Amino acid sequence: MRAFTQHQGLVAPMDRSNVDTDMIIPKQFLKSIKRTGFGPNLFDELRYLDEGKPDQDCSERPINPDFVLNQDRYKNASVLLARSNFGCGSSREHAPWALDDYGFRVIIAPSFADIFYNNCFKNGLLPIVLEESIVDRLFQEAEAEVGYQLAVDLEARTVTTPSGESFGFEVDDFRRHCLLNGLDDIGVTLEDADLIKSYEDSRRKTAPWLFGAGS
Amino acid sequence: MAGKTLYDKLWDDHLVKQRDDGSALIYIDRQLLHEVTSPQAFEGLRLAGRKPWRLDANLATPDHNVPTTDRDRGVEGIVDPVSRIQVETLDKNCDEFGILEFKIKDQRQGIVHVIGPEQGATLPGMSIVCGDSHTSTHGAFGCLAHGIGTSEVEHVLATQCLVQKKMKNMLVKVNGKLGPGVTGKDVVLAIIGRIGTAGGTGYAIEFGGDAIRGLSMEARMTICNMSIEAGARVGMVAVDDNTINYVKGRPFSPTGESWEAAVKYWRTLHSDDDAVFDKVVELDGADIKPQVSWGTSPEMVAGIDGRVPDPEQESDPIKREGIVRALKYMGLAPNQAITDIQLDRVFIGSCTNSRIEDLREAAAVVKGRKVSPTLKQAMVVPGSGLVKAQAEEEGLDKIFLEAGLEWRDPGCSMCLAMNADKLGQGEHCASTSNRNFEGRQGFGGRTHLVSPAMAAAAAVSGHFVDVRELMN
Repeated sequence: MRAFTQHQGLVAPMDRSNVDTDMIIPKQFLKSIKRTGFGPNLFDELRYLDEGKPDQDCSERPINPDFVLNQDRYKNASVLLARSNFGCGSSREHAPWALDDYGFRVIIAPSFADIFYNNCFKNGLLPIVLEESIVDRLFQEAEAEVGYQLAVDLEARTVTTPSGESFGFEVDDFRRHCLLNGLDDIGVTLEDADLIKSYEDSRRKTAPWLFGAGS
Repeated sequence: MAGKTLYDKLWDDHLVKQRDDGSALIYIDRQLLHEVTSPQAFEGLRLAGRKPWRLDANLATPDHNVPTTDRDRGVEGIVDPVSRIQVETLDKNCDEFGILEFKIKDQRQGIVHVIGPEQGATLPGMSIVCGDSHTSTHGAFGCLAHGIGTSEVEHVLATQCLVQKKMKNMLVKVNGKLGPGVTGKDVVLAIIGRIGTAGGTGYAIEFGGDAIRGLSMEARMTICNMSIEAGARVGMVAVDDNTINYVKGRPFSPTGESWEAAVKYWRTLHSDDDAVFDKVVELDGADIKPQVSWGTSPEMVAGIDGRVPDPEQESDPIKREGIVRALKYMGLAPNQAITDIQLDRVFIGSCTNSRIEDLREAAAVVKGRKVSPTLKQAMVVPGSGLVKAQAEEEGLDKIFLEAGLEWRDPGCSMCLAMNADKLGQGEHCASTSNRNFEGRQGFGGRTHLVSPAMAAAAAVSGHFVDVRELMN
């Protein structure tokens, strides 16, 4: 996995709450058996005026000029500023894959849905929870100032505005460690293979009905 | 010391390692696999040269992409080439790695969350995962069941463990008795309407109270299924006689001495009387009316006698903006009566409501009636080949067909419209599925979430009606 230590980038403010993963990447694009190539269809139904199809050349499609990511000033944004409960709904990891493929590295919101939040960390994408009042201010600043950027430091756990103001954020130590070092967490878990085996052996004795059926 | 909640017990029983940083390794007893969220996980195993840790813990079936008509030709009959490749990829991966799969022509094929319990592959006390957020369904059996992402599917395949941090405990207690015509679906929609779509975020929810205890396993599955729509990855109901009776005699269920030992353990799977929950929400079952969602989030629900809200009455600006946007998308007017919403299609199916009891309830309403001529389509999609066979044995298929509903083959179908079953732009659908998000059932489609009985009542009326009026 790609490591994440620090990132500074242009901020795109997406001002709506409860953005669900169907909205982030609609179902017709989940038919792919790859992890890449979802970027052109990120927020497909908001971004384009027609109905998107898999494997389509999106450069010719009619775009929705009102959608935030279609505005010139937010071109090449890599920090998504969002509202509460971002990423709710389906567990599809295609949602972080699409955000990543588009070029986002950081998503800042007052709250995230659990599964989406977890999926981000598996893909080198950093979801940051900040208090609603701080997010409100960042929205105001990002909308007021063209070219507004934020600097994120995962080691120090800070988000810094262009004026130099810093906000701290919380992140689990394990997730932070894996992201900072770009660790494959399967490898980390397999370091405990003996523990898993001994748990399994004891369960096999106490709960034999959990084993063997269906094979 | 306070007693343990059901979640605490399940957590402790599956804990392999508690790490100092707060994360933990949880052992997974069962992984269900389907074609949409597994290909990249198998590819990951292949690239890393890893093998599945324990083959017999896995069970696979294609469900999201499969067509619900003309199934005789199997995979070859899938018209959309991209969908076909995905189903073929699941077949190839299961064959290559040696994982049991109910393929498209197997009568046991169906929606993963229907076939797990049906086969006894879902047993009380198990930890269960699937790359699908509705895995919470299996919590109805006193299981610790999580929806996971594809990286975690790969992680579980490779290690039989999931990295988790323990969640907080929430009890949602539904007291008293439900009125006639009020189902598990209405209960869970009312709960989501109360606590909101993020109300359960970070919690494992246990559903309890007399009204829940009085429900069938099918209804409990419907309730746990939609825990995720309240933000909770995990929903559960304690084990009781209903649970044990349901599990008995199923193909994967234990027998003989093993059964006796299992039942003894399963009887312990309930929260202790002195267990402490971080949050408790109580509802009175008698207050719950048949529910209809009017908006684009499952928390946007009203009773059948209610009205679409007026955004002017909402003081929170973000919520107000959400209502305005939802009404625009749904093509509804503020204060419009729910019963005035005209429908184009009716969908009875999905992992929320496609089990035999759901079909019986819908059939009871349409029996002797006809689908409204104002509808373009009304379809019934059973949850599995075995549910379909059972329904046909009971003659339910004939009741649906005589009333003018279509009787389809099993799959996820119009719940998420990955196959050919979808809504057209602007069409209103009474749907027994779980999500009313923008575009969920088709580009520009408008979904109203309801129970099977309410969907059936809507089918014969062309608009929403109180199913209780048709039951008299």
